[in-house]
Amino acid sequence: MEYILGMNWTKQRVIIMKVKEIVSKLDLEVLEAENLEQEVKNGYTGDMLSNVMAKLKEGELWITVQGHQNVAAVALLTGAAGVIVAENFDVDQKTREHARKEGLNLFSSSLSAFELSGLLYKLGVNGE
Amino acid sequence: MNKNKILEKEIEARNFNRGGQVSSKLKTALTRLGIIPEVIRKTAIITYELEMNIIIHSNGGRIVVKIDKDEILITARDRGPGIRDVKKALKPGYSTAEEKVREMGFGAGMGLNNVREYSDFLEINTEVDSFTEVRTSIKLSSEE
Repeated sequence: MEYILGMNWTKQRVIIMKVKEIVSKLDLEVLEAENLEQEVKNGYTGDMLSNVMAKLKEGELWITVQGHQNVAAVALLTGAAGVIVAENFDVDQKTREHARKEGLNLFSSSLSAFELSGLLYKLGVNGE
Repeated sequence: MNKNKILEKEIEARNFNRGGQVSSKLKTALTRLGIIPEVIRKTAIITYELEMNIIIHSNGGRIVVKIDKDEILITARDRGPGIRDVKKALKPGYSTAEEKVREMGFGAGMGLNNVREYSDFLEINTEVDSFTEVRTSIKLSSEE
């Protein structure tokens, strides 16, 4: 902490990143692009839907290997900024239709959930 | 006290394609009513878990949601097979879900636990080979 003329200075770093920025930085394959202008606040990684349901908050990106239709339901219920399906796991056609109909961003990547999470964290998408 | 029914839905057993539909409809309805986001979030989580429990474990059932000026009341009642040991079922991580269902990311044994965590009141009545009824309520005020 530095003090200049009696003012209290603390270092601050604010990162505001939109979905489209993350798509390009992580080189995600876009399956359904519904709102790429949305800001991403944080992320959550997991395949257990009950966990995700309880932990993922509005405006957060969800990284998972699940691609079935219930993923769209959970993401929409929690208000996720989007879903990244890792390791090129299969994404059901029904999941895509659901995402398109309800306005959910849906992406796919060859990277693992671990790698994707690490990259996001490094980009500054870490809830700070 | 006047309680208004805002949703009543029949839920089919094993129809995973419909998973989340009831909670999604409820979320829309509560948003229209101007309920605060934190309460909507809790209600959506609880309803989702109860809905999935009926799909995963039961012979089918029904969810009824009512609201009055103080709280939201959710009743999920199914037509069996009942829970053999409710205390065990409430333990985090305990699940009787089949392997196939677990592979889909369900059956983590966190369902009733989430219901417990996000509700202000929880009552479970069950009879083996007959039914399970879960009644739960969420206060409308954000005070803890």
